[in-house]
Amino acid sequence: MSAAPAAGAAKKVLAKGNEAICHGAVAAGCRFYYGYPITPQNDIPEWMSAHLPALGGSFLQAESEVATINMILGTSSTGNRVMTSSSGPGISLMQEGLSFMVGSQLPAVIVNISRSGPGLGGIAPSQGDYFQATKVAGHGDAHLIVLAPHSVQEMYSLTMLAFDLADKYRNPAMILGDAIVGQMKEPYDPVPYVSPGLPEKTWALTGCKGRASRHVKSMFLTDGAIETHNWKLQDKFREIRRAEVRSEAYMTDGARVGIVAFGTAARVSKTAIQWARKEGIAVGMLRPITLFPFPEKEVRAFAEQVDAILVVEMNTGQMVEDVYRSTTRHDRIHFFGKPCAIPTPDEIFERIRGLAGGKR
Amino acid sequence: MKAAQKTIFSKKVFDRPATLKDARFHYCPGCHHGTIHRIIAECIDRMELRENSVGVAPVGCAVLLYDYMDLDIVEAPHGRAPAIATGIKRALPDRFVFTYQGDGDLASIGMAEIVHAANRGENLSVVFVNNTTYGMTGGQMAPTTLLGQKTSTSPYGRDFRSEGYPIRMAELLAGLEGVAYSTRVTVSSPAHIRKAKEAVRTAFEMQLQGKGFSIVEVLSTCPTNWGMKPLDAQKRVLGEMVEYFPLGVFKERKQADFE
Ligand SMILES: Cc1ncc(C[n+]2csc(CCOP(=O)(O)OP(=O)(O)O)c2C)c(N)n1
Ligand code: SF4
Repeated sequence: MSAAPAAGAAKKVLAKGNEAICHGAVAAGCRFYYGYPITPQNDIPEWMSAHLPALGGSFLQAESEVATINMILGTSSTGNRVMTSSSGPGISLMQEGLSFMVGSQLPAVIVNISRSGPGLGGIAPSQGDYFQATKVAGHGDAHLIVLAPHSVQEMYSLTMLAFDLADKYRNPAMILGDAIVGQMKEPYDPVPYVSPGLPEKTWALTGCKGRASRHVKSMFLTDGAIETHNWKLQDKFREIRRAEVRSEAYMTDGARVGIVAFGTAARVSKTAIQWARKEGIAVGMLRPITLFPFPEKEVRAFAEQVDAILVVEMNTGQMVEDVYRSTTRHDRIHFFGKPCAIPTPDEIFERIRGLAGGKR
Repeated sequence: MKAAQKTIFSKKVFDRPATLKDARFHYCPGCHHGTIHRIIAECIDRMELRENSVGVAPVGCAVLLYDYMDLDIVEAPHGRAPAIATGIKRALPDRFVFTYQGDGDLASIGMAEIVHAANRGENLSVVFVNNTTYGMTGGQMAPTTLLGQKTSTSPYGRDFRSEGYPIRMAELLAGLEGVAYSTRVTVSSPAHIRKAKEAVRTAFEMQLQGKGFSIVEVLSTCPTNWGMKPLDAQKRVLGEMVEYFPLGVFKERKQADFE
């Protein structure tokens, strides 16, 4: 179990993706973690239980994911940085609390190292929780900020970013990963955390000494108040959509075939793209790093540039709907996905070759 | 004579506690939620906890707790207040943290959260209002509904053969190691109110002394959903309810576990 890199460490650190999330969290000042075991993310609570006490923080294995998300809500309401992690079934149980946190405007980082299939499903890596993460955080027009790392480096740095975005917008943020990014081990650069200078948490509950008492709540009963509150939340989501889109353009120069993929599917696609480029096929990838907000403009421009788009996902077709939504060039869009297995570079390469046809 | 009278009348014997906002309760006539709010507010005042407190409001008739208590308060999803209080207390161990919960809230949907927070000995206090029904949603059956009691979802009267028995939470929680104090009181007469106040004060003291989890179950009225006049509702508490839910202290820890 790798220790967190010391602040300002210059050397690269060899770590598992799940551990890098923990390193990023403590670097960003997170000292509170609550969670409930579920495969394939158990490295995270295990790491936190071993390291948080020495950092003056608190780890607690909750009795359930339902309790977990409410412990998160409680600690967040005091203005402290707090994190949990889980996988599909556990995230489903957290949805009521997540909706409350969105409604109450409380920040936190929620990690979903997702698993495959509905129900108990399996522990194979999957991206089947895309809709849940980006569209249905919980009941009632709620959204999470969703980040999708595809490397150990990003498991570290996007976790730090998730804390900042959560605090900046007072909204829960999710890291959406899977067993591959969680379990793979590679060196990463432990860039020190730099605070972006966030506003003071003038809403935090700390006891009302020397000031008026405060309320953290999601219910607004007076005439029209709930509507006003909801428009305020929607304005915030609009601002997030405007200001926080992140994506990577990979080998897109001169590309005639374009891949759109995130997380592990994007990682595998990169290998296929390298092979195809070696054969002289002009292919590149647009990789959404933020899934909410979705890089709509970037996808639209990409669809204008290429002759065909291949959306690769580890599910039966979810993000592809956002790709359709972002462009009118629907006849260019193709899909390749598997719900409970990783597409291999060969499979993706074959499809690229098919789409490239004679055009090289 | 005149001077003596003046001293008598200028002596304030009854006032609004500072913790209680100058707002009118929305509770129905004869409902005990208001009385229980006042008891908590008086204890917080007397113990000088107001500026050091974070309260957790439930779902149910008391959802608007923050409209009445001049404290930092967070609103909880149905039944989850003990988990939220856990998250607050771990982040702010030197603050006074309490939850206010109904019987639908605590004994039904939130059964797991209350049992585990109690069992962990979380150093916080719970005020548990047992009115044997779900007040806010229109008088449905609660886990505490008495056998034979008619509610909107037990229209023939609660029958143990299909709905099981009313749960005695104060006794159940007293059985857990982590619990420092568990008691049941009512507020159906001035004498009972005095005792209830002492119980709430003791529960709060437990937390201040770091002794662990404390809970005060308060037998309460819901005249509206019981279909009773306020005075008959008081009588029901002191009769039928007290018979099944005996008053008394079920656990009181003398020393903190963590000294
Ligand atoms: C998850 C969820 N389920 C159901 C409800 C609806 N609900 C609101 S209050 C309530 C009952 C509360 O009863 P109790 O805790 O006994 O409090 P009282 O109203 O009697 O004071 C219910 C079922 C809800 N808000 N959330
Ligand atoms: S419905 Fe019952 S519990 Fe709710 S305010 Fe009225 S009397 Fe009180």
